[in-house]
Amino acid sequence: MSAGGIQKGHLRDRWDRFLASDIFYSYRRSPTTVIASIVTLVFVLGAVFAPVLAPHTPFVPSSIDINDAFKPPAWSEGGAWRYLLGTDNQGRDMLSTIMYGGRLSIFVGFAAVALAMVLGILLGLSAGYLGGWYEAAIMRVADVQLTIPPILLALLIDGVARAVLPPSHKEDYASLVLVVAIGLASWPPYARVVRGATLVEKSKDYVAAARVIGVPSLAIMLRHILPNVLGPVLVIATIGLALAIIAEATLSFLGVGLPPTSPSLGTLIRVGNDFLFSGEWWITLFPALALVILSLAVNLLGDWLRDALNPKLR
Amino acid sequence: MIAFLIRRLFQAAIVMLTVALISFVLFNYVGDPINAMVGQDTSLQDREKLRQDLGLNDPIPIRFARFVANAAQGQFGLSYRTAEPVGRMILERLPATLELSLVAALFALCVGVPMGVYSGLHPKSWVSRILQAVSLIGISLPTFLIGILLILIFAVGLGVLPSFGRGETMKLGGWTTGFLTVAGLKALILPSITLGLFQLTLIMRIVRSEMLEVMRTDYVKFARARGLKSRAINFGHALKNTLVPVITITGLQLGQLIAFAIITETVFAWPGVGQLFVTSVYSADMPVMSAYLALIGFLFVTINLLVDLLYFAIDPRLRTAQAATRAA
Repeated sequence: MSAGGIQKGHLRDRWDRFLASDIFYSYRRSPTTVIASIVTLVFVLGAVFAPVLAPHTPFVPSSIDINDAFKPPAWSEGGAWRYLLGTDNQGRDMLSTIMYGGRLSIFVGFAAVALAMVLGILLGLSAGYLGGWYEAAIMRVADVQLTIPPILLALLIDGVARAVLPPSHKEDYASLVLVVAIGLASWPPYARVVRGATLVEKSKDYVAAARVIGVPSLAIMLRHILPNVLGPVLVIATIGLALAIIAEATLSFLGVGLPPTSPSLGTLIRVGNDFLFSGEWWITLFPALALVILSLAVNLLGDWLRDALNPKLR
Repeated sequence: MIAFLIRRLFQAAIVMLTVALISFVLFNYVGDPINAMVGQDTSLQDREKLRQDLGLNDPIPIRFARFVANAAQGQFGLSYRTAEPVGRMILERLPATLELSLVAALFALCVGVPMGVYSGLHPKSWVSRILQAVSLIGISLPTFLIGILLILIFAVGLGVLPSFGRGETMKLGGWTTGFLTVAGLKALILPSITLGLFQLTLIMRIVRSEMLEVMRTDYVKFARARGLKSRAINFGHALKNTLVPVITITGLQLGQLIAFAIITETVFAWPGVGQLFVTSVYSADMPVMSAYLALIGFLFVTINLLVDLLYFAIDPRLRTAQAATRAA
């Protein structure tokens, strides 16, 4: 038997074990979760493959025609099937702009959650393991920050970045600034959960054993404790993704997020908001709908994950 | 009680000093205050002289002390954008934000608590199920979308309510109020619903789960066995005991309301402090940003302190617990 064969059999075995697991069972039993996960998957795939899947290329100036501006959705009077969800003020296809916009929203969301997660895990893990005044200081900062709404902090960080960065490069760094602002504003929940779990794990025998045989602290934290505290982190990260996507949309809506030249869902809603009174409702309503469906689906996934990973509810 | 009060005041002072320090750093080190004051053709010597005159070359602790002293009197220098005194700009807009937040909080409380009590008492009825479903939507919809939807329905579609501004306001001393005119009150409706909806769903969910828990306790069963009227049980015994968490959340949410007013004010072109803050973030106007930060920090700390003190007024167990620890 070749090495590849063993590898394949091993993977197959793992897959079977996954299908037989409690988590998959509770997933299969909850139709809401199945639908939510399918919706999320559709959004993520649509976003990742937007350049291939989108019917138009809305951000290539030569491919848009200003004569096609303000076309209503295809099913209403004056609409064309070429533009399924209508067009905006510059004649860009709404469906395509939403796909490209969702791409940016999801990218910023994932990156911000990743930053908050890494920061929160590192601080929470070290605080719980090392203890002492270091722990007290970090948890105090987390407590104070938790009382301030993340959106306020993100706005503040955004403003500081605007003052520090040269004005000519503002648009190039816009998505990076958003990721840092949202990420820095939302680390405390991760740190609190990880610290709590670390305190429990620290007193267990396997950690004492590792310490006795002389494993360095850093290795104990990262290789032994970390894998055992990741469950609750996953739950917070899922709900955090929905929150980060909404935070990005809010900042962009307020005009301090992504610029109209590379719009996210929030920027699209802000731009469309100007045409609300003249009756072109589709320019703002379709991106808004996309945002709500996406965040609701991710939220439902998070809710399910929290219950599925909670041993008390099994 | 007094020891507790002093400890809390001490903590509040530390938080306030930290906020002031951040505010000070923003004010002094992000962007150059001199650059904002002088023209392009001012010579280096003149700049240096101005720097000396303004005390910007003094040691940092002295400058920080001066900053705090000025801030306590509401002086935050001039805005980079409009060259007006920042303190006055904020004071002019503060009434709009406070009125909006107050109405939103009242709306959330006056609607949220009864809804929570009802669905806690009758968890299986179809009305409760609908309320539960609506509250899920209320929590997942971002604030600015709720505002846009309300504008679309009531201002664009039905044309019954204004969609921007404060309507007609009246001046009472230094305070402009929209409470005294019909147009002012009408203008308050949509923004305060937008701002309060999230808090409403939150309050409803908390009251509901607390009520569900309390109704299962022994003292409610005994009250029922004694033959008390169900209204006396529901409100005199059950609701009273759910109040502590409700007050905590409402109090803390009041701070959140003032912060979330940033978004509502932008949607409804409401001339408040939040809108000023967004404009200042957009144009990197540091004096306004640092002043807003100090103001919000102060409001948060004050609200948290008041909530802590309210516990003592509401929950007699806390008072006895304090007395017990002192006796021990």
